[in-house]
Amino acid sequence: MSTMVDLRAVTKRFGSFTAVNDVSLEIAEGEFLTLLGPSGCGKTTLLRLIAGFDTPTEGSVWIGGEDVTHLPPYRRPVNQVFQSYALFPHLTVAENVGFGLRMQHIDKTEAAARVTEALALVSLTGLDARKPHQLSGGQRQRVALARALVCRPKVLLLDEPLSALDAKLRRSMQLELKRLQRQLGITFVFVTHDQEEALTMSDRIAIVNGGRIEQLGTAHEIYHRPATRFAADFVGQANLLEAQLLLQDSECVRVAVTGGLELTLPLAAWPAGATVALIAMRPEKVHVSKSRSSTAFAPGAANIFQARIEEEIFQGATDHLILVTAAGTRLGVVVANESALGDIFHAGDLVYCGLHTDDLVVVKAE
Amino acid sequence: MSPAPVIPTDSRTPHWRAWLLLAPMVAWLVLFVVVPTAILLVYSFCERDEVGRVLFSFTLENYRRVADPVYLRIFLRSIGYAGLTTIICIVVGYPVAYCIGRAREDWRQRLLLLVMVPFWTSFLIRTYAWITILKQEGLLNGFVQQLSPTAKPFDLLYTPTAVVIGLVYAYLPFMILPIYGSVEKLDGALIEAAHDLGAGPLRVFSSVIIPLTMPGIAAGTLLVFVPAVGMFAITDLMGGARVPLIGNVIQNQFLQARDWPFGAALGAVFMGLFALTYWIMLKLGAHSEDSVA
Ligand SMILES: Nc1ncnc2c1ncn2[C@@H]1O[C@H](COP(=O)(O)OP(=O)(O)O)[C@@H](O)[C@H]1O
Ligand SMILES: [Mg+2]
Repeated sequence: MSTMVDLRAVTKRFGSFTAVNDVSLEIAEGEFLTLLGPSGCGKTTLLRLIAGFDTPTEGSVWIGGEDVTHLPPYRRPVNQVFQSYALFPHLTVAENVGFGLRMQHIDKTEAAARVTEALALVSLTGLDARKPHQLSGGQRQRVALARALVCRPKVLLLDEPLSALDAKLRRSMQLELKRLQRQLGITFVFVTHDQEEALTMSDRIAIVNGGRIEQLGTAHEIYHRPATRFAADFVGQANLLEAQLLLQDSECVRVAVTGGLELTLPLAAWPAGATVALIAMRPEKVHVSKSRSSTAFAPGAANIFQARIEEEIFQGATDHLILVTAAGTRLGVVVANESALGDIFHAGDLVYCGLHTDDLVVVKAE
Repeated sequence: MSPAPVIPTDSRTPHWRAWLLLAPMVAWLVLFVVVPTAILLVYSFCERDEVGRVLFSFTLENYRRVADPVYLRIFLRSIGYAGLTTIICIVVGYPVAYCIGRAREDWRQRLLLLVMVPFWTSFLIRTYAWITILKQEGLLNGFVQQLSPTAKPFDLLYTPTAVVIGLVYAYLPFMILPIYGSVEKLDGALIEAAHDLGAGPLRVFSSVIIPLTMPGIAAGTLLVFVPAVGMFAITDLMGGARVPLIGNVIQNQFLQARDWPFGAALGAVFMGLFALTYWIMLKLGAHSEDSVA
């Protein structure tokens, strides 16, 4: 697949403040790429550099194999769905959606047909004559989407388009956007600060922090193999543990983590030559059981240890447990509430924990 | 269907204490708007004696005299001058208001202050200043002479041009301020959205910026056009009373001709026409408000 958007060593400074710091990023044609990061990390600025509202201080921006660094936004084959939607208040829904076509001097009958088609695509048929202020938040969002899609851009930029919607609507729009993107085959660059949203929708996720891309990978890679402390912490939940090397053989290393718990992990996962490292443990990867012999322990769970439940937080489908191991290490774990017949955990219970060696990820060598 | 909620009627009728709060404003309106207008209307139906005293006897004679083509012509001329003034104010004021409205936030107040600075000195002094600029041996001619000593000095003062210059100068801030107000409210994301959808700078201006700042233009037009039609001081001072406008005629009736009833009739007609214009503007404004809200 060919590269659609190519950021080459892009830096953007506002005065002495560096909002985007030496970012290189290749986005493939037809890809759904998400820029994920906390507020103020430079996501919007990155998007504005692709759209053409800002020009990079250093580096260049390429779209469809063409250097567009100095092209104004109205000459780029890119459209954006704005965070505030930015619908024209003086125009009707149909006029809003048709605006881009009018600017391109597209024949009136063809334009009308494309507007109707675009409105149908986002399930807004029949609302043509409304003004934006007569629409609900969700409908406005769809108009903004139709207005951008009707221009048939090579790349669609979406800046936190769902953040103003309530949780339920948001959920259904996520699926709908994903469906639309597959159906149309347009490259989507989607910005969000919501990690769940990013995991649900993206082909690849770029974790942005402090104007840099910390990690780029599929949702799977990002979740299961976080590359940095920030990535591990920002996406999902993780127990971040400082690990000290105790001993190593030809296959495994044995480490002691914060609080004293000893764990085994594959030699290959351990940074060569390091004596200390930061490791991440996902809370749902720890199997918890009341009996040592329980079948709940997956084969190969080389890390088995005892812990006491300090706190139990019921969350419906899952149970959140705060454990303290015999050695004194505190861990957060999540267990499924499978059935009323399974183990029921209470604060104070003594439990056995099993953890596969491969489920420990070194995020940083020190 | 849920039953309509029962609204206690008294919750909708303001309490007498609420009216009391409004009393100062009502008193102000009665004293300075209703009473003078009533006096004007009453006078317009009266006669006058030889020495100019108002006689309270009913007549329609004054209104018949207003219909005289002479006054119609003066009235149309006034509208022409005011219209030209308004157009120039829009053309000159819009870019100024736009730049201020889109300037960095900390600069806006300072720039606005510059627009208001002229108001710190008396209107008459400022008008006399223009006279010293425009008169034959004035600053403007002196400047031209410096540049090209052979040029014939021109006579601007006491011409229609001078009147229009004076009117534009006096009313420009009243155009700039309301336009500034609507430019400042304009969401920058809309301009970016238009660019994003393929509109170059000119299309953005004509398709997005102008329509969205129309309420400001309409308000400015009202604030400039209405007083400009009735202005008499500038026409007197800078036009040398050679181009009498309706304001001068009315002023004359009261001060020189001492025909108060006729002056009142002219004023009443004048006011009626403005009420009409205003009403039409409101209708249009309400329409565009509906689309902008
Ligand atoms: N025009 C600007 N002038 C100065 N600083 C800016 C400008 N635009 C953005 N910034 C700064 O750059 C940083 C990144 O902003 P932004 O890209 O909007 O972050 P995000 O979208 O990830 O929340 C922020 O600290 C913001 O204050
Ligand atoms: Mg942002």
